[in-house]
Amino acid sequence: MVLVFDENRLMLPISTDFQQDYFALFNLPLRFQIDSNALEQHYRALQTQVHPDKFSHLSQSEQRLSMQWATRVNEAYQTLHSPLARGRYLLSLHGVDTQEDTNTAMPLDFLMQQMELREVLEAARQNKDMAALDEMEAQVKQTVSELQQKLALELDEKQDYATASGLVRKLKFMEKVAEEIGAAFDELDS
Amino acid sequence: MALLQISEPGLSAAPHQHRLAVGIDLGTTNSLVATVRNSISVVLNDDDGAALLPSVVRYAADGSVQVGLPAQTAQNTDPQNTILSVKRFMGRGLKDVGDVVDLPYRLVDAPGMLQLRTVAGVKSPVEVSAEILKILRDRAERSLGGALVGAVITVPAYFDDAQRQATKDAARLAGINVLRLINEPTAAAIAYGLDNASEGVYAVYDLGGGTFDISILRLSKGVFEVLATNGDSALGGDDFDQRIYCWVLEKSGLSQLSANDTRLLLTHARAAKEQLSEYVQTQITAVLSGGELVDFALTRDDFYVMTQNLLTRTLQPTRRALRDAKLSVDEVKGVVMVGGSTRMPQVQRAVAEFFKQTPLTNLDPDKVVALGAAIQANVLAGNRSEDDWLLLDVIPLSLGIETMGGLVEKIMPRNSTIPSARAQEFTTYKDGQTALSIHVVQGERELVSDCRSLAKFELRGIPPMVAGSARIRVTFQVDADGLLSVSARETNSGVEAAVAVRPAYGLHEDDITRMLQDGNQHARDDMLARALREQQTEARQLLEAVENALAQDGALLGETEIKQIRTCMDNLRSVVDVSDHSAIKHGIDVLNQATVGFAQKRMDQSVARALKGRKMSELEN
Repeated sequence: MVLVFDENRLMLPISTDFQQDYFALFNLPLRFQIDSNALEQHYRALQTQVHPDKFSHLSQSEQRLSMQWATRVNEAYQTLHSPLARGRYLLSLHGVDTQEDTNTAMPLDFLMQQMELREVLEAARQNKDMAALDEMEAQVKQTVSELQQKLALELDEKQDYATASGLVRKLKFMEKVAEEIGAAFDELDS
Repeated sequence: MALLQISEPGLSAAPHQHRLAVGIDLGTTNSLVATVRNSISVVLNDDDGAALLPSVVRYAADGSVQVGLPAQTAQNTDPQNTILSVKRFMGRGLKDVGDVVDLPYRLVDAPGMLQLRTVAGVKSPVEVSAEILKILRDRAERSLGGALVGAVITVPAYFDDAQRQATKDAARLAGINVLRLINEPTAAAIAYGLDNASEGVYAVYDLGGGTFDISILRLSKGVFEVLATNGDSALGGDDFDQRIYCWVLEKSGLSQLSANDTRLLLTHARAAKEQLSEYVQTQITAVLSGGELVDFALTRDDFYVMTQNLLTRTLQPTRRALRDAKLSVDEVKGVVMVGGSTRMPQVQRAVAEFFKQTPLTNLDPDKVVALGAAIQANVLAGNRSEDDWLLLDVIPLSLGIETMGGLVEKIMPRNSTIPSARAQEFTTYKDGQTALSIHVVQGERELVSDCRSLAKFELRGIPPMVAGSARIRVTFQVDADGLLSVSARETNSGVEAAVAVRPAYGLHEDDITRMLQDGNQHARDDMLARALREQQTEARQLLEAVENALAQDGALLGETEIKQIRTCMDNLRSVVDVSDHSAIKHGIDVLNQATVGFAQKRMDQSVARALKGRKMSELEN
């Protein structure tokens, strides 16, 4: 690992194109609901142009730029590909901070549901019950999908960013649960 | 296969010039070198027509070194100085290596990476690997009739940062310019995918001599996109040998064997394993140094039973990779088998059962990785093929840093597509804290102690502030080789603090210098000449690249800018044939600097073309 600050790590002056938002980068309208097919195609088209593999025999300046662009295109793709990250990013473009780390005031029924989920998860782990995990996973998927639909409504139709922010926070909770289910699968599998 | 018919932004090399580049599969058991000749990827054989170079290195007291078959022949009589499967030691400390008692080596603990004591002195696994690479480099240069521009070297997908860095160091020591490290299963997928023009989701099951990888890829319109990868960097054919070896010890009641007897029985165990791929039963017969006779019949069924849990250990990572890719077994269109160990019938059966389909074995599992690496090397060297394709790979393990209480905060999750950058903000714990210690780790576990330590460094010079008010932004950047660099900056005060970094492993510049000096005078002269030649090659390539760029996109520049670049080019041309290393380097640096703005304009143009230059309807086809 190269852990030095050599000049290769200095940033180059950034062109205007580099600063455009991720939606513009992929030629997509500024909406939560996106054409995922178009996203995939534009992602691949862009990487085909900027990926370091296309520049390895060229000058250092071009290699460096290519690395920065490919990194940015990957970052943009990851952000728009994940509904949670996309929602958060869209809100940030509208100047709204989703406060996922600071705002923990969640509705009571949601918190109850979270506690319940965790109890079921713990029980499934204790009993090494794969079937229970499968069931739970399906349930979480269902909840996530419902939250995403609501988020689309708030962001694209109602432009109610405060409500949307709350939905992003809920999605974040659900993603955490999904991660824990994954970890439980790994644990039972080893 | 043709993905985009956008006009090329001046990347094509002059057609008359074919740059010599190779793909190298540096394997646990065998190593190979391949190249693209007349648009076809071929493995390069040695003078005796052998493609596979046994990854065996033997050191003699006079300092001479044998590599390959002659070394392998001596493994039973000179086991302590004959190093097999050195790949298992790359980037590994003594405590990382299991079963050391059953290997006939004198291992020496050293910071970062273990070393081996031989009759010719203590050797690092990096040096041992470099000996193998040197043979392959020589083979390639003789076969191709010229110096190599560079090589793509393959590593197991599940290799961590330390193992990758060690591999790169070995190449450097062998005088090889590394164009790219690529993952073995991905290389195999390239060879398969381009061969069969496949589309869809494929799994690559790669069980080599000492490593296991599983990769899930999506092939679509010439883009090879790795969705997830998993594996075990200490599981392979050697473990199957070990099982037979332990079975023999148990059956015979032997213990405390000498190094020679250990190697003898391991050799017989490997032969028995290979026999059992052909026959249902085999005989293991050996006479030990003390005259004891070992003579047992081993059946295929018994072998299956004793290796069952090794197969299970390959299926666990397979399930995880599928889960990470968010795919089910039914969505996998084909399973590619890679690595000599996949010849074992029980492996094929287990994989077929798991994926509910017959795995693909139409390319030689020993050669497919090198063939794919050669195809990638050809592209990276600038010899473009007619088919335009792209490889998008991922990092195998999550990267994070240590936070309070010895916990890991993940900054970059596993299976992130590279190149990739992620940043996270941290703050201080105490009032007036002016330094922050940053510990970089790799792995999936929550506790730092369960992950691999990659590096520790300190951010100093933070202005004294109340606890929690400093904003320290730690940025991880993983390049296209999968190698990580880390930076940290205090953003709140606007003060850029100095960063002192100490890698926790890997070779220091001094080590490389020492190793180079350990060679004889002749080798050193050779190395200097090579360095000069490389510098000249780089200069010529740069000149050609800039010339091509000017021819294609000169219109993007004003007259003054062109004149300035031309002046720098003339300067470089005037020194390129002089044997002055530093003058050439200076010329290269100056020209690189002069073309920064030009490069940027060309890049903007490419990006614009990627999306706007084509109609949407074309993209959707």
